[in-house]
Amino acid sequence: MAATATAASVPAVALEGVGRAYGERVALRDVSFTLPPGATVAVFGANGAGKTTLLRILAGLLRPHAGRASVLGAELPREAWRARGRIGLLGHEPMLYRDLTVRENLRFHARLHGVPAARAEALTEQVGLAARADDPVRTLSRGMTQRAAICRAVLHSPELLLLDEPLANLDPGGALAVAPLIGRAAGPARVLISHAAEAGLAEADWVLGLRGGRQAIWAPAAQLRLADVRGLYA
Amino acid sequence: MTGTVAALIRKDLQLERRAFESVPAMLMFSISIFVLFHFGLDRGALAGDLAAGVLWVTLLLAAVLGMNRLFVAERDQGGFDGFLMAPVDRTALFVAKAIVLFSFLVAVELVAVPAFVVLLLDPSPGQAMPELLAVLVLADAGIAVVGTLIGALGVQTRARDLIIPLIALPLLVPVVIAAAEATAPLLAAQGAEPFPARWLAVLALYDAVFGLLAYAVFDFLLEE
Amino acid sequence: MTFGRGLRALSIASAVLIPGAFALVFFYAPNDADQGFVQKIFYLHVPMAIVTLCGFVAGGVYGIKHLRSGDRAHDLRSYVAIHMSLILGVGVLATGSIWARASWGHWWVWDEPTLVSFLIVFLLYACYQPLRFSIEDPERQARYASVFAIVAGAFVPLNFLAVRMAESLSHPRVLSTTGGAMPGDMRITFLVALVGMACLFVTLCKYELASKAASMQLRALKRRLAGDDGLVPLNRSAAPQQL
Repeated sequence: MAATATAASVPAVALEGVGRAYGERVALRDVSFTLPPGATVAVFGANGAGKTTLLRILAGLLRPHAGRASVLGAELPREAWRARGRIGLLGHEPMLYRDLTVRENLRFHARLHGVPAARAEALTEQVGLAARADDPVRTLSRGMTQRAAICRAVLHSPELLLLDEPLANLDPGGALAVAPLIGRAAGPARVLISHAAEAGLAEADWVLGLRGGRQAIWAPAAQLRLADVRGLYA
Repeated sequence: MTGTVAALIRKDLQLERRAFESVPAMLMFSISIFVLFHFGLDRGALAGDLAAGVLWVTLLLAAVLGMNRLFVAERDQGGFDGFLMAPVDRTALFVAKAIVLFSFLVAVELVAVPAFVVLLLDPSPGQAMPELLAVLVLADAGIAVVGTLIGALGVQTRARDLIIPLIALPLLVPVVIAAAEATAPLLAAQGAEPFPARWLAVLALYDAVFGLLAYAVFDFLLEE
Repeated sequence: MTFGRGLRALSIASAVLIPGAFALVFFYAPNDADQGFVQKIFYLHVPMAIVTLCGFVAGGVYGIKHLRSGDRAHDLRSYVAIHMSLILGVGVLATGSIWARASWGHWWVWDEPTLVSFLIVFLLYACYQPLRFSIEDPERQARYASVFAIVAGAFVPLNFLAVRMAESLSHPRVLSTTGGAMPGDMRITFLVALVGMACLFVTLCKYELASKAASMQLRALKRRLAGDDGLVPLNRSAAPQQL
């Protein structure tokens, strides 16, 4: 029993009985799990099951109404500031200013996070956007916008990645290009929302299944079959 | 903090230069209102309190346009989320946006005030320039502070373009009073009259009170 | 949540003080030399105005408490205080208008700085409920309403200062009374009217708070009995519906 917790033993995410309501509508109820650092959890659930709410709570954007939540060792919401800058969020929206160029957007985020501009340039090259870096984001196709959004999400080398359908709109070339940034081999712990059950299962160490805001499944991915996941959408 | 404020201001000025949403609209609106006043009042030349009143009401209405647009990009394009997840002081957003709104107002006034002098003003305000500048700066600061706070308050609501002027205009009445009272002697028909400096004190007090207040409560508008 | 503490005592106090004040106004207070009987509306108009402004400032104070503690009960108190003050505010403007008409011949006088300041404050607070109504999420609605209440509460004194500076230098006060020291019988009547109005205000606020708290508790009980599906979903509302 170590007297002090080493960095490796602090779980990436630790939730206990977490709940969140919007007025009277309960979006999440009694969600509990622990994600070890560097591991991936795939989150499955039908529309409205609470996946986005969960992601936003982990990002520190929503306050949990019940239970205890800690992300990267920081207790939410009291210590949320400690985790800021160590989490990367890729949501539905790209979170990029449509009238600014890719380069300007990434440089802005780099300044906010205290990251050198050179890293933004390197990422742009890596995902294959170098040719379009000076075009406003609104002129890009959805696939290109997604690549730019991925750059934005990993710009500050986060320890935890929160990914909502990261491969949506990407062609096979794009998916290949971003794999080293957000794939399993990239390193950080990942919370991955996906509707592609097979691909999601293959990517993940753990599986969290939500139904109606409640936790229906929490198990290592290796122990689950496709049918178990499909049952969530029934 | 300064770095964050600088980054935010730079981003907003880039956006404005690219999309031209605020400053040209505010400017065109001001000139249109001057023309409307000419026809509405059926006067070609104004002086004294009437001139001061027309000038300040126009500037205030133009400022409302700027307020309405100030946080729209943040709201519609996920800018709030991106900012909230960065390891920065959240009040930097307030400071940056207030400075941006202030600079928009200054940019508009650089053209609108000379336009006013040419179109509607009877006497020449030449000698009163320094005092006029002082009033403009202090009043703009007040409008920028209140405008930023109410802009942030209103942008998340449904009837954003209505709510913002409805709340901001009564709050800015003391600014209109003080600015108009201070400007009126400068635009008097017989040449500039002595300047009532106490109105500058009122403006400074207003700026200080609302500046501190806004600084204190702004963070609460950003959480979800 | 006990909002109804002392309600009976306050109700009795109001029921005694308000008619008592009216009796004093009609039978005890002297007729004003210049304005005659009409001046007596002062005993209704000014206490109402003072209580209204205190109500608005109280709304701001509860707003601060809400933001600091996150306890939505403070938001409920803030809402009720502002809401009740707004209703009284209509009365202030109406009585002010009647007074102006009766003594000056016009329904509105710009020369009276307090009335003008009051109009501006009223226009500001008239936005409070539309603001609340336009935000759907109850938590956010409460938070934004508190920010508004704080800013508007700080605005009230600043506004009165600015308007008074602007008007009083050029025009004499129109609706003033003896301008300065009030004779003894006027003072007593005024004080009784003021205390009575304050009691009435607090009583009405407490009634509204108790009523809302009861509705919320009822709803919570219904939910426990019938489950989420047994409840009719709440409509959007400017008022807090849940603590």
